[in-house]
Amino acid sequence: MLTILFDGVAYGMLLFLIASGLAVTLGLMNFVNLAHGAFAMAGGYLAAVLSNRLGVPFIATLPLAFVLSAVLGALLEPTLYRRLYARPPLDQVLFSIGLVFMAVAAVDYFFGATQQFVRLPDWLKGRIDVGGVDIGNYRLFIIVVCGVITAGLQWTVAKTRFGSRLRAAVDDRRVASGLGINVNVVFLATFAFGSGLAGLGGALGAELLGLDPTFPLKYMIYFLIVVAVGGTTTVTGPLLASLLLGVADVAGKYYVPKLGAFIIYSLMIAILLLRPQGLFAPRGSR
Amino acid sequence: MPPAPLPHGGELARTSHWKPYEAVVWVVAALALLVFPQQAALWNEIAILALFAVSLDLVLGYAGILTLGHAAFFGTGCYAAALFAKYALHDPLAGLAVGMLAAAVLGFVTSFLVLRGSELTRLMVTLGVASILYELANRFEGITGGADGLQGVVMGPLLGRFAFGLDAKVACLYSLCVLFLLFLVARRVAHSPFGYSLKAIRDNPTRAAAIGIDVNRRIVAVYTLGAALAGAAGALLAQTTAFASLDVLGFDRSADVMLVLVLGGTGYLYGGVLGAVLFRVLQDALSAWTPQYWQFWLGLVLVVIVLIGHERIVRRWQALLRRLVRDRAAAPMERR
Repeated sequence: MLTILFDGVAYGMLLFLIASGLAVTLGLMNFVNLAHGAFAMAGGYLAAVLSNRLGVPFIATLPLAFVLSAVLGALLEPTLYRRLYARPPLDQVLFSIGLVFMAVAAVDYFFGATQQFVRLPDWLKGRIDVGGVDIGNYRLFIIVVCGVITAGLQWTVAKTRFGSRLRAAVDDRRVASGLGINVNVVFLATFAFGSGLAGLGGALGAELLGLDPTFPLKYMIYFLIVVAVGGTTTVTGPLLASLLLGVADVAGKYYVPKLGAFIIYSLMIAILLLRPQGLFAPRGSR
Repeated sequence: MPPAPLPHGGELARTSHWKPYEAVVWVVAALALLVFPQQAALWNEIAILALFAVSLDLVLGYAGILTLGHAAFFGTGCYAAALFAKYALHDPLAGLAVGMLAAAVLGFVTSFLVLRGSELTRLMVTLGVASILYELANRFEGITGGADGLQGVVMGPLLGRFAFGLDAKVACLYSLCVLFLLFLVARRVAHSPFGYSLKAIRDNPTRAAAIGIDVNRRIVAVYTLGAALAGAAGALLAQTTAFASLDVLGFDRSADVMLVLVLGGTGYLYGGVLGAVLFRVLQDALSAWTPQYWQFWLGLVLVVIVLIGHERIVRRWQALLRRLVRDRAAAPMERR
């Protein structure tokens, strides 16, 4: 029972790490980016290739996955994404579906359609027993890493100068740029950072989530759920939503495997019907 | 010279006149079957895809409801028709009606889910409904056949006389006729005051409500109608291939039909037909060239279309269609 809870929390933290970048682009910049999972996949594949073919230790691949995805995001934001910020959502949906198709086929072309595995170091493979609860080292590691990053994220958005610039730029683009904030640079940095976090999550979760070319499509709805249910005005909203999703999914698959994702989707629709702005939206928000 | 005042309703009557290019589209469609009968299976597929895209056009192009789960209705119609043929009657027309009805009921029920919330909420809800149906079809293998697909669908002869043969000629003719008839329905709706009120809702729901349009009821109505047409397309697929598989409910199908519609252009119904032809040609050409990786190029086409602006493409198509038939007397192009 507690093991399921623990596994669910690890899974949820991972979802949050990947989806947090999406919360910014989708929630704050109002860009429906269905291709977010592709950045996570890029990070995952980099980790797989580095650790399996070149023998780079797993821990070292994590920052590299972050950097690769962030660079990818930094390249795509000014060239492609920026042109579409003001377009209707239909355009954004089509555009990002197109990107997903391209990413899926390209990864299939270079790495094949089979599932990739990341070689974990031995100290992450074991399990420990804490007061009768069976805890996997790997999942514990995920929780710790994601927890630290989440705290950092919260601190950055709430307390730093960059965070207040970002919030200002999101609240009102024109006024923010009138105050001397370089909105383009803020958005670029945020997009790149969000993509980087997705890449890190992809690398970190390659073992847990499974890595194959259809990854962006398979998890697209999960990332979207986190953002839609969690709301986008805070860091804690999506975090709680992903934890809820993670625990519900793991528990659902364990207790009623027949119904699988059915419960998750129904729950999501029910929540969105009752609270169209998300579960944790403050009163009177958009 | 000021234009003569039109009689009441004259504007609608004028814009709903049949234009020469519309006749050309249907004559070409009929000729395609006559000239290339050996390609009947392909024309059949195109007709079904066109009907599916037209149904999406009503929902997305006219009413502006952004949906990522239109395949839910296609799949419902498909499974309903297949199950009906397997367990009840083999008559195709009855099966078609059952497929449409099932999809329409689902559309009516789920239409209340898309009334509230932002674009993102709608997106998630439509996607969620389609995913739920996919999961259900996957789990209840006893009924749907699960991942193996529904086998053993037997179709009776059409109107009790014309049997579906292996050469797909009857199937193709059947699909074309259904497409034509349902297209007439969609066309009638689109050119009616109701259709114009949908465009008003799409362009600005608040103003539409302010001038007395009951936004919610109209969205429910058009969503149900769109679902019924999508269900008809699904039923046609099940009947002409005597098979139903899980992918009729998949996300790829919803994404594909969106691409079809955007290729042809949204908001004028012929976009669906034109897009279906283009999409199949594109798909065939790409998959002949790179069988495994054609999705990459499909994705690229999507990205490029969006960057160019798909509305510009619509205008280009309409101008081309007009020029083809020297339709100088045509109504001035619709302004958006």
